[in-house]
Amino acid sequence: MITRRETMAMGLGVATITLLPISANAAADEAIAAYTGGAAVSEGGVTITAPEIAENGNTVPISVEAPGAAEIAIYADGNPTPGVAVFKFGPAAGSHRASTRIRLGGTQDVVAVAKMPDGSFQQAAVEVKVTIGGCGG
Amino acid sequence: MISRREFLQASVAASALYGISGYGNWGKLAAQQALTQDDLLKFDTFGNLSIVHITDIHAHMKPIWFREPEWNVGVGDVKGKPPHVVGKDFIEMFNLKPGSPEAYALTYEDFVSLGKAYGRMGGMDRVATVVKAIKADRPDAILLDGGDTWHGSMTSYLTKGQDVVNVMNALGVDAMTSHWEWTFGTDRVMEIVEGLPFPFLGQNIFDSEWDEPAEFPDYTWFERGGAKVAVIGQAFPYMPIANPGWMFPEFSFGIRDERMQEMVDEVRAQGADLVVVLSHNGFDVDRQMAGRVSGIDVILTGHTHDALPEPVIVGETLLIASGSHGKFVTRLDLDVRDGRMMGFRSKLIPIFSDVITPDPEMASLIDAERAPFKDQLEEVIGHTDSLLYRRGNFNGTWDDLICDAIMTERDTEIAMSPGVRWGASLMPGDAITREDIHSVTTMTYGQCYRTEMTGEFLKVVLEDVADNLFNPDPYFQQGGDMVRMGGLGYKIDISKPIGERISNMTLLSTGDAIDPARTYTVGGWASVNEGTEGPMIWDVVEAHIRKIERVSLTPNTSVEVTGL
Repeated sequence: MITRRETMAMGLGVATITLLPISANAAADEAIAAYTGGAAVSEGGVTITAPEIAENGNTVPISVEAPGAAEIAIYADGNPTPGVAVFKFGPAAGSHRASTRIRLGGTQDVVAVAKMPDGSFQQAAVEVKVTIGGCGG
Repeated sequence: MISRREFLQASVAASALYGISGYGNWGKLAAQQALTQDDLLKFDTFGNLSIVHITDIHAHMKPIWFREPEWNVGVGDVKGKPPHVVGKDFIEMFNLKPGSPEAYALTYEDFVSLGKAYGRMGGMDRVATVVKAIKADRPDAILLDGGDTWHGSMTSYLTKGQDVVNVMNALGVDAMTSHWEWTFGTDRVMEIVEGLPFPFLGQNIFDSEWDEPAEFPDYTWFERGGAKVAVIGQAFPYMPIANPGWMFPEFSFGIRDERMQEMVDEVRAQGADLVVVLSHNGFDVDRQMAGRVSGIDVILTGHTHDALPEPVIVGETLLIASGSHGKFVTRLDLDVRDGRMMGFRSKLIPIFSDVITPDPEMASLIDAERAPFKDQLEEVIGHTDSLLYRRGNFNGTWDDLICDAIMTERDTEIAMSPGVRWGASLMPGDAITREDIHSVTTMTYGQCYRTEMTGEFLKVVLEDVADNLFNPDPYFQQGGDMVRMGGLGYKIDISKPIGERISNMTLLSTGDAIDPARTYTVGGWASVNEGTEGPMIWDVVEAHIRKIERVSLTPNTSVEVTGL
């Protein structure tokens, strides 16, 4: 007889977790297009610091930095609601860096789009893996 | 003028030559029944300082059998490169002689017959003899322990790591880093660390609440041979993922190679002539890190249990792999002058327990630690007619036995056993003691659960673990091997991406394909989830062995591997 407790405590994790990479979804593309107003976005100029594998998908520490940026917007392209945050930097900002924690519904890309003072956009993306965990050596 | 790069390469050649002559001689000497401790320790002292590296002993204090892997597949850029070379290919690559002591120590080829000739390996009393001999030659040699030290035996389980701590303190360790240590829980780790006569290093151990460096030192300093040596620690990066994070919730880990670069730059700015990283990343992660972080002279690798007779060189960084379970110790002599590593000489010293005399003080300390538990440890539970081993990418015979025990004792259709790389082997004909069972099962979260999983979820589990092992980017590999399945066969194409590697899942008892929608009864152990219930896995295995009395296993052909 299996108790409910045992079923919940089964070995390798929670069945509802999404383990396969979530490909870039239309909602993320739409959200980014809405932010940029459809302008071209160049690659680079933005640094994202994130763990390669999330220790806890519910709270993943992310830092973004884009020298000289007026704003940096963060998107989790596999989440049902991709928009995470928009950080705005004033003209006197000493650095253009922000840190937060975000929830990731599964393995996916985190995208940061920087809006430059001249109205141009640049972006970077990193993959963060969300796993049920392996077994160490 | 000779450039630094050329100097290193010249030294590599010299080291290789030395290695060949040393190893070649052992084969010949053993054939003449003349393999001696002096041969094993022979080393032409070089340069101005020495480092001694030992790692992943997993609390194995006494000599053991340990069969090296038959399967250690490398993917992506590291395919076919050490340590992803096994058996005959390994013998050829390192110019060893088949049937020689070194071939026995470093490969699985003819393991049973060679074991009869060359005997068990390891034993911390023998390691103590080797360390003392090196220190007699170079009194200020630096002894570094790469972690996975306190966990892995019945005595360490019963004493919460204290027996190992006492032994390592007596051995004279100068610094360590960590992995399974954390499975004793934060309180116990802090209690032990407070009493350690050396630093417990980890530049990548962060406070999980503030995501800031935790209180453990990032690095430590040694002055040796007129040189300033900085040793930076790197703990296992995937602690809360591969092991139960709820046991050490205050801490976060990760690779953090940007911070590693900061630490290297910081110690260089403080005048380091030599920068050593004492790492528990795993070999492939270290190899990638060596290419991304500049200014590291030596990485002492750990975690993946690889033993390599020569360093692997990435750019100007030496990667040393010293094996596991006390089977090997590396001596690395370095010539460090004018703020630079100018050359090196290294030797992977195999600890042949019948050749190296036990250090009497260490032997009595180990026996004193065992004394209170001796009867429990040495009780014979059954015997084995089969070679029992674990190490390898897929099921070993120990795993098959454990899965059989789970399916019969817990009455399940399918069993899962974690693909850890620790645990000693047993030879055909050996008695199986309680301590032997603990060697392959012991842990602080050993509850053997019984649950239900759908066929779909079983596939998700297999795909997820396979991606942790076969992802072409080493930074996504956690180390360890494929989860071992009992009662379930499958095909795996390791060249495919996650979600596409696993196919042809079959319930072995009926031969039917696994139905994604059906629910199966599944037993397993080593769950990372808090509150897992069930009897301890070693009790489950013991009960099974008592019933069958003699273990006799047929070769497991249930996993078909392609895409190599």
